[in-house]
Amino acid sequence: MPTMTDEQVRAHLTHEEDLSLLHEVSMKTAGVSRLEMCIQCGSCGGSCPSGMDMDHTPRMVFAMLRAGMRDEVLQSNTPWVCVSCYHCVVRCPQNVHITDVMYTLKAMAIREKKYRDVAAPEFAETFVEMVEKYGRSYEFGLATRHYLKHAPLRMVGMAAMGLGMLRKGRMSMKPRTIKGMDQLTAILNKAKEMELT
Amino acid sequence: MSAYTFYPGCAMESNAKAYYTSLMAVAKPLGINLEEIEDWNCCGATEYVGMNLIPAYSLIARNLALAAKMGNKTVLSPCSACYLNLAKADHYMTERPALGEKVNEALAAGGLHYQPGSLDIRHLLDVLINDIGLDNLKAKVVRPLKGLRVAPYMGCMVPRPDYNNRWSDAEHPVELVEVLQAIGAEVVDFPGAATCCGGHMTQIGPETAFELIRRLISSAERSQADIMVTVCPMCQVNVDAYQGETNRHFGTNYQMPIVFFTQLVGLALGFPPDKLGFGTEITSTEKALARIGVDIPKPTEDTPHKQAGLPMPSCLRKNAKGKVQHAEKEAA
Ligand code: SF4
Ligand code: SF4
Repeated sequence: MPTMTDEQVRAHLTHEEDLSLLHEVSMKTAGVSRLEMCIQCGSCGGSCPSGMDMDHTPRMVFAMLRAGMRDEVLQSNTPWVCVSCYHCVVRCPQNVHITDVMYTLKAMAIREKKYRDVAAPEFAETFVEMVEKYGRSYEFGLATRHYLKHAPLRMVGMAAMGLGMLRKGRMSMKPRTIKGMDQLTAILNKAKEMELT
Repeated sequence: MSAYTFYPGCAMESNAKAYYTSLMAVAKPLGINLEEIEDWNCCGATEYVGMNLIPAYSLIARNLALAAKMGNKTVLSPCSACYLNLAKADHYMTERPALGEKVNEALAAGGLHYQPGSLDIRHLLDVLINDIGLDNLKAKVVRPLKGLRVAPYMGCMVPRPDYNNRWSDAEHPVELVEVLQAIGAEVVDFPGAATCCGGHMTQIGPETAFELIRRLISSAERSQADIMVTVCPMCQVNVDAYQGETNRHFGTNYQMPIVFFTQLVGLALGFPPDKLGFGTEITSTEKALARIGVDIPKPTEDTPHKQAGLPMPSCLRKNAKGKVQHAEKEAA
């Protein structure tokens, strides 16, 4: 049995505690995220309806943030699979704003281009592009562009449903535009200059 | 008459037209006076917040600023996602003044301002119960929906996270049950009542969504519901329009209709189904409504067959043993 003196053990500690990633994510989240209060109880992962499709449970993601594993976290599919159901939020004993942290991680992954699957971020980008152009969401444009690019085969299978939506007047081929587009654009342009840090 | 500043949200003028139509029909007899926010914009759904925080909150806050100008403190939203976005922006701009300041700096570029905390953001269901009142509703019922077995589907974004303690319970809310009982429907025990419909995953990660939709519908079926009732456009679209694809994915043959609670309230108040948006659903309500002697307007075109559809590629990771894995994890 090899033994180690405390000095030797200390010499093996490669990881100096560095909470900068945890703090960065917390500060970038709307409201007061309370991310640093996580006690690793696992209630979030145990409550999560899409946990089965996640690379890491929310609890694991928060531990990874504490460990400074930036790339691993921003490459994880976890925030992209989160369905914003808020089950975890109401069960978390520490009141961590888990769902909002997921939004922050998505935004960071997009900014740093770290995400691995392009479908979800591009869906969000297309959605936002339409809203920035018209001021209202534009389902027909969004759906056709998204499915053509990411799931053309699925689009064929969905044609009957899509047609049903069109015929029943539940989807319009023409976008609606708000009157105050100039005002909205000015607001959003100004907003894009700012960050919460 | 109680007056409200009205934020309809994008879905009400497209896929949730039936919600809009039925709300407009029942508003007057119930004494709900809606004044639409002048030139409101999209709330950004769950997409914009996951891209860029300050623009996302500024987009929402433009609506709050316009609403505040209407001179009525109470804003009513019928859409769960819009309701949560408006309430969340108001809440976080208050909780984190730095956010409020930045958003207001952006709003100022459009000549607007919003004082966080100055509005009450409320969902239609809350208004119906707490302002109009169940007794009042009951008194107006001329056609009780006796014998219709209904699964009350509240979904996620109304009872949770509930910033202002408006709802009875985060996971077992009773509000929708009470409304449906007041109009004489037989409300079944529905364990899926406040679980998720998959949200936008029907578009970006369909396998995740199909599993959630399957759980919901099978839960309603096990409770022998004739019909599901929702308070949210997103839930309605996912369960209704994606039911065919869900069936295709699992080799099932569910035919579970889902309508907005205002549509059933409208029937109970005596409105004919064609004034309440019935007939616009993809999964037919005909059989369910026949149980209470209501004929829905015949669709002018074929309803797509449930079994129709082609192989369904996944947008996320391809998972060859997807179903096996789901079953195991669910059991665990
Ligand atoms: S439920 Fe809250 S405290 Fe528990 S692991 Fe999740 S985030 Fe941490
Ligand atoms: S909000 Fe997201 S992380 Fe939390 S339980 Fe729901 S899907 Fe899971």
